[in-house]
Amino acid sequence: MRTLSQVWEIAWRSIVRTMRQPAQIIPNVTFPLLLLAINSNGLRAATHLPGFPTSSFLDFFIPIAFMQGALFASGTAGVDLARDIDNGFLNRLALTPMRGVALLLGQLGGAVALGTIQAAVYLGVGIAAGVRFETGAAGAALLFVLAVLIALGFGTLGVLLALRTGSGEAVQSSFPLLFFLLFLSSMNLPRNLISIDWFRDLATVNPVSYMIEAMRSLVIEGWNAQALALGFLFTVLMIALGLAGSALSLKTRMART
Amino acid sequence: MRDQHGIQAESLVREYKGGIKAVDGIDLRIEPGEIYGFLGPNGAGKSTTVHMLTTLLPPTSGTARVAGFDIVKQGPQVRSAIGAALQEAALDPFLTGREHLRLQASLHGLSRDERKRRSTELLERVGLSLAADRKIKGYSGGMKRRLDLALALVHEPSTLFLDEPTTGLDPQSRTALWSEVARLAKGEGVTVFLTTQYLEEADVLADRVGIIHRGHIVAEGTPDELKAQIGRPTIEAVPADPDQREAIEELLLQFGTPTAGDPLSVSIRCESEADLADVIRALDAAGLHVAQIHMHEPTLDDVFLAKTGTSLEGAADEEELEAVSA
Amino acid sequence: MTSRRQVALALAYRQMTVLIKNPALFLPPMLFPLMSFLAFAGGLSRLSHVPGFRYEGGYTSFVFVFVLLQSAAFSGVFMGFNVARDFETGFARRLLIAVSHRSGLILGYALSALLRWATVAIVLTIVAVIAQMKIGGNGIDIVGMYTLAAFLNFAGVLWASGIALRLRSTQGAPLMQTPVFLALFLSPVYVPLDLLKGWIHNVATANPITYLLEAGRGFLSGNPVQVLLAFACGLGLAAFFGIWAFRGLRRAERAAG
Ligand SMILES: Nc1ncnc2c1ncn2[C@@H]1O[C@H](COP(=O)(O)OP(=O)(O)O)[C@@H](O)[C@H]1O
Ligand SMILES: [Mg+2]
Repeated sequence: MRTLSQVWEIAWRSIVRTMRQPAQIIPNVTFPLLLLAINSNGLRAATHLPGFPTSSFLDFFIPIAFMQGALFASGTAGVDLARDIDNGFLNRLALTPMRGVALLLGQLGGAVALGTIQAAVYLGVGIAAGVRFETGAAGAALLFVLAVLIALGFGTLGVLLALRTGSGEAVQSSFPLLFFLLFLSSMNLPRNLISIDWFRDLATVNPVSYMIEAMRSLVIEGWNAQALALGFLFTVLMIALGLAGSALSLKTRMART
Repeated sequence: MRDQHGIQAESLVREYKGGIKAVDGIDLRIEPGEIYGFLGPNGAGKSTTVHMLTTLLPPTSGTARVAGFDIVKQGPQVRSAIGAALQEAALDPFLTGREHLRLQASLHGLSRDERKRRSTELLERVGLSLAADRKIKGYSGGMKRRLDLALALVHEPSTLFLDEPTTGLDPQSRTALWSEVARLAKGEGVTVFLTTQYLEEADVLADRVGIIHRGHIVAEGTPDELKAQIGRPTIEAVPADPDQREAIEELLLQFGTPTAGDPLSVSIRCESEADLADVIRALDAAGLHVAQIHMHEPTLDDVFLAKTGTSLEGAADEEELEAVSA
Repeated sequence: MTSRRQVALALAYRQMTVLIKNPALFLPPMLFPLMSFLAFAGGLSRLSHVPGFRYEGGYTSFVFVFVLLQSAAFSGVFMGFNVARDFETGFARRLLIAVSHRSGLILGYALSALLRWATVAIVLTIVAVIAQMKIGGNGIDIVGMYTLAAFLNFAGVLWASGIALRLRSTQGAPLMQTPVFLALFLSPVYVPLDLLKGWIHNVATANPITYLLEAGRGFLSGNPVQVLLAFACGLGLAAFFGIWAFRGLRRAERAAG
């Protein structure tokens, strides 16, 4: 009970802090939208490829907006925590009876809040721009849930990075590495249409591909149990590993007796 | 809340990675309700000591008890008994003062009603009632320090740690903070461990002062005791006529030994029990005229100089140079 | 009295030493183009099978030219971040006071950007050659392609410096970056111009970067197209943003007193 209320307090602070920096939120929300607008048109010709699974590149590509939103949310969570470590706020918290796990979960509150806002915006804009879900409203709701979980998952990676490096700059400069994961996935084309072998292999072992494909299946395919299971599995796995790693790093970072 | 136990430390050592012994065998005996001033230049090891005593940093060796609890074995008990305002005054620029208090209070487990009452009371006490609902971004340095103090007091600790609470503050904010700290110790029996780089702060505020230099306590006692160890005052005379400088110097040397001072004046450290009146009578008898003559009581800087071979300001520069060359 | 050239060289020298000593500043601008190249060349090569895709050089060469231009533009923008940082730290103020030919400052930053991009371009080219990119053009063609990219590098650094000189704060970074990003991606990135449909076709047709890109692709495959138009676009961009930057310098001088 005590831990729960601590989680809530720290999450509340993380959310308030995130929401009070519109200069940080607005680009984070709009940039994926811009990319969606550009790429869904710039790559539209891909729908003419034999075997392309849908005639709307927008339908195909919209999951990428959620992925990018999650990556940005994770960066925000990481940079915020790194700033807390750097300026001593973590020491202030460490002097209270706060539990370590409350700090971790609470800190992710901001990432989840941002991820939720982003998911809502992308869903709304997507539907307004003509995205049609093969799985209907239930599928859209499930995609929303998965997107928020993915934001949480990447948030744990951001937090882990912050705890390990303790510097906002270091978090920001390792951030492109996370984008690397997105780039080397089935982001732009279905895996069976990737003709370069090494790239297809990389995309196949890249868990991000399965997160994208789970979201994508809800839009363009209908209920695909395997895609959904893989997507949720990798997302939950990422959350679990990220939290475990963060908990370990927190032990060294917060060496209080 | 009245403290019963004070602070005791024995051979406290902290070695950082790379072999720097930031704190190198410190012993402390601090009485309940005492204000202990930990005086030293930048890099002397003050913050490291505070971090160990507040359980944020495990000591490499040695033991200490704070508020009756062992800092290594009873971390949670120590933390619930102490309040601390650390050097960085880390505050979230996007939260208001009241929100900070609310967060701190709830992490300490105060009930909703208590939280509200305590926040209002503390904001009033540190003079931030009007600014309570503004974001920290707009606070001055003094306001931040005051809020930091309020946050440290949320759970009514019996022992208070203040790491350089007045560094960078204007003189007014400084005196305001001093009187608040004095009130806590004298009025409420809170034990205060305060670090500072300022001689004056240690002198005015602390009941007892420990001078720390390169991880060692080089002198300890009440400010008066410390100055008494140096003992004798200095006398500085500015000749009215520069040609008489040598004659004045010769005469003054009967009263003490020469010390460094302004090149235009003559300075000596008194040796005998002689006082200023004797010196003036002798000058008068010899027909020597002085434009000004002062007698200085020894300061803590004289103590620092005597114990370490450098003055407090010089020592800080030295540390910084070392840090740069390292 | 130092000449304009001496000022520029001294500043470029300083920028390069700063860079070499800080791998954190050096690596991301290097990684991003490589990442884009791998992702596009590896992941999208099937696009060359889209009906109507006509380009002799193969898909790897097709995306190489885009990534080369992208790296040129962004090396310029990153140098703009440095200009802003120099203003934040007060270093630039000292330069303004110390230097008699202040326009040499802009040239110095531009020279630094060029050197910096050159290192990126070399690595990128090596990677492309390893990836067996087809090179159809002769020596002069290839020089033409790199020259076009250099124009864009120059325009990029001038644009970003113009912002930096006006805002004099790193807060302006998104403002330097986002328009360049948009301008780059609102061109025929993945497929030739004819295959773009709808509004994006109109925008790309009006975008000068499109002509740099198409001429560069022509050079690389050995079939130069619209060369004069491309050089005119390159020169025009550089001249336009040159004026923009020098006006910014006047503003900064007035602000510095
Ligand atoms: N985390 C750390 N790692 C390594 N060395 C440190 C660390 N923190 C402080 N030091 C070194 O320990 C010495 C004492 O530092 P500190 O306790 O902060 O001094 P003070 O608070 O008196 O200025 C300094 O030489 C400082 O450089
Ligand atoms: Mg300190």
